[in-house]
Amino acid sequence: MLSFTPSGIYCSQGGFYIDPWKPVEKAVITHAHSDHARWGSKQYLCHPDTAPLLQLRLGPVEVQSQDWGEQLDINGVRVSLHPAGHIIGSSQVRVEYKGEVWVVSGDYKVVSDGISGDFEPVACHHFITESTFGLPIYQWEDQEIIYQQIRQWVLDNQTAGYSSVLLAYSLGKAQRLISCLAPLQQPIYAHGAIANVQEKLIDSGWKLTPVVRVPVEPNRNQLKGSIVVAPPSADGSSWLKKFGPVKVAVCSGWMQVRGNARRRNVDAGFVLSDHADWNGLITAVKATGASSVYVTHGFQAAFSRYLTEQGIEAKEIQTAYGTEEQE
Amino acid sequence: MEPKNRNSNTGMRLFAELVKQLGSSTKTNDKLAALLSYFETAPEADTIWVIALFTGRRPKRTVSSTYLREWCIEQTGLSAWLFEESYHTVGDLAETIALLLPPPTNESSHSLQTYLEALQALSDQEVEAKKSFVLHAWDELNREERFVFNKLITGGFRIGVSQQLLVQALAKLVNLEQSQIAYLISGQWDPRQTSLQQLLSSSYAATDFSKPYPFYLCYPVEGELEALGNPAEWQAEWKWDGIRGQLIKRNGELFVWSRGEELITEKFPEYQGLLNTLPDGLVLDGEILPFMEGKPMPFALLQTRIGRKNITKKQLEAAPIHFFAYDLLEWEGTDWRDQPLQQRRTKLEALVAQVQHPKLLLSPSVNFDTWEELAELRSRSREFVAEGIMLKKKDSVYQVGRKRGDWWKWKTDPMTIDAVLIYAQKGHGRRSNLYTDYTFAVRKDDKLLAFTKAYSGLTDKELLEVDAFVKRNALEKFGPVRTVPAELVFEIAFEGIAASSRHKSGVALRFPRILRWRKDKTVQDINTLEDLQQLLQQFGNEKAD
Ligand SMILES: [Zn+2]
Ligand SMILES: [Zn+2]
Repeated sequence: MLSFTPSGIYCSQGGFYIDPWKPVEKAVITHAHSDHARWGSKQYLCHPDTAPLLQLRLGPVEVQSQDWGEQLDINGVRVSLHPAGHIIGSSQVRVEYKGEVWVVSGDYKVVSDGISGDFEPVACHHFITESTFGLPIYQWEDQEIIYQQIRQWVLDNQTAGYSSVLLAYSLGKAQRLISCLAPLQQPIYAHGAIANVQEKLIDSGWKLTPVVRVPVEPNRNQLKGSIVVAPPSADGSSWLKKFGPVKVAVCSGWMQVRGNARRRNVDAGFVLSDHADWNGLITAVKATGASSVYVTHGFQAAFSRYLTEQGIEAKEIQTAYGTEEQE
Repeated sequence: MEPKNRNSNTGMRLFAELVKQLGSSTKTNDKLAALLSYFETAPEADTIWVIALFTGRRPKRTVSSTYLREWCIEQTGLSAWLFEESYHTVGDLAETIALLLPPPTNESSHSLQTYLEALQALSDQEVEAKKSFVLHAWDELNREERFVFNKLITGGFRIGVSQQLLVQALAKLVNLEQSQIAYLISGQWDPRQTSLQQLLSSSYAATDFSKPYPFYLCYPVEGELEALGNPAEWQAEWKWDGIRGQLIKRNGELFVWSRGEELITEKFPEYQGLLNTLPDGLVLDGEILPFMEGKPMPFALLQTRIGRKNITKKQLEAAPIHFFAYDLLEWEGTDWRDQPLQQRRTKLEALVAQVQHPKLLLSPSVNFDTWEELAELRSRSREFVAEGIMLKKKDSVYQVGRKRGDWWKWKTDPMTIDAVLIYAQKGHGRRSNLYTDYTFAVRKDDKLLAFTKAYSGLTDKELLEVDAFVKRNALEKFGPVRTVPAELVFEIAFEGIAASSRHKSGVALRFPRILRWRKDKTVQDINTLEDLQQLLQQFGNEKAD
């Protein structure tokens, strides 16, 4: 029922695409990350929490929203959205036609982060899964332990007279970090890109910790020893000079491998991911009961080979999703 | 240094923390602080091992990587190919295993020394005993500790701490000069038979008469030579492409040390003839070089000598090794490093003339009056089988480690070839998600011929750009290798070229690297195989393999 076309994943019966990477008539969007929600389509369908983020990112576009579990009929195809646990609003897309069920995962994580909605296993015949961390070297530690390490790092930096700059993608990771830092009960300074998203979410009714926008011309020493959340692009920029002596950390699943952490040349790397780890991927795939699995962006060759060995028919699919910077 | 009552139960944990801090801190001062705090808090018996490990004194290997792989696969139930795929992404066996193993069920309460000595004791044990020890250790160590434990077995603690930094930390710790520390920790000592106090006390050093001095190293010339001032104040020498070494005669024994502080006396039996002719209490700095018919021979020949344990008569004849002396560091048992170079040189010249031994040659100084003249000589370095010029200030003392100011190296410009990228492979370690290992081709008639791999030389931004190109345009896969359309042209630089029957192109390059991305060129503009062959004829070494 779904096919892989040069424009993206296509449902010919329903005449719509899911996360297309080229402009199309009708696009169902899993989540608001830029590689999944691209500019130029006529109509977008997504979860209500994704809608404002889509507009923040793409400008005034035509967006129809649909709650998790709600059914929509598009030319005989039943379309519903289900929580994917990746970022706010992120959803898996379930499509059903004449008893055949497909699920497109988008990006997901199976561990609850308390913000993004808890991943829901959805039974299907065909499952299209991501594989960003589809190797057994990626096994995440408990997020509470990582959160504690991050808070401790911040406190140690303050003792030594440093500001702490945490680099995280503005949509998703940043919200998690801000709630991780909230218990410290100190102002959390945010880069404009992150403040925009945070304010938009709070405006839309989310109970999130407010952030402080970084003053354009702060007083001397005003920001010394402060806590800062910034997108990765801020690394090495002169903007960081405002904070006096700084320690910089990257928060990403890629930090699992020492070499990646070293390549980023930052003071600390925290393994905090919005994607499922190896065991998470396997659990998710098995929970769908799917007899055929299509593996997209990530370690698709290894993960599909592994699934095949486990007796689950799996194919690797080339897509335009997945950029390292977004994790 | 008064002995402190330190808890040895936490030894492994402290060491793993140190390795983590050294690996992640980006500032020298943070690394220094981490080292210092380690030496102040870690069990004494562990600290001596850390000095040994960080100066490349790796204990003998008692468990092979093949077994480690096998046991990890067994413990995790993973397929061998998945293990390999993981290893390829991580780039380090010790780390791969640490990441793959299931969480431990126990906690470690041993010191670093305990693990190291237990590992040593395994050397004459059966495989089963080795296995049960390793599995037991894996099950009581956390991820970071497992990583360092595996590293103890596989070796190679390159964790971002230079010898210089270690010296700095120890100097602070025991309140000695850095040069003293560098001297004390150099040479041959065994962490099992030496305590930290013994190692760092100068009386102990006096008993070890084999010790070399720390080498004085130099930086490449920066900017214009004119900035160095009056040419008359400088001494120029050829920069040889051999092995830097110290030749020591003390207490009636001869020692040869490489710059890597490896004792290599046995590899060069040629020098034994010098034992009876050199005066005692002598240390010379110079180059270990094969030399025949009045000319040094290419590095490739020296290489045939380094790897071997037993040297045949044929090899001795094919690559007759000489010592090209350029400095004198000790004379009649007295340290001469504080004397000006000119004085040391005069003494050296007199010595070489007096000794008159065919294996001991004076590395000649290159005469020049103006900087232009020297530039002209440097451009002809290859005729003299030299890599370029060394510049040393005539009044310079012999310093410790890499220093700016008094000594400079001024290498010849490398040879270059424009070539096109045809294969790419993901990097190891720090670049394990990126395609960073490239194979390049030159043109041969209307075809492309792969002729070299080359690494580095690109900026991080360029690397990402090439990586994206590979990911978007890969044509075929051969295992980890991707074939790409021949579109991207790079300028490849290399230091030497030799004929090779192992390579399809018939040439092997020395130190090939990417000099720059030639976005201004297309595959039509690249060099040809004939161009390479011409370089081979002009500058080629005899044979590389
Ligand atoms: Zn995403
Ligand atoms: Zn994605």
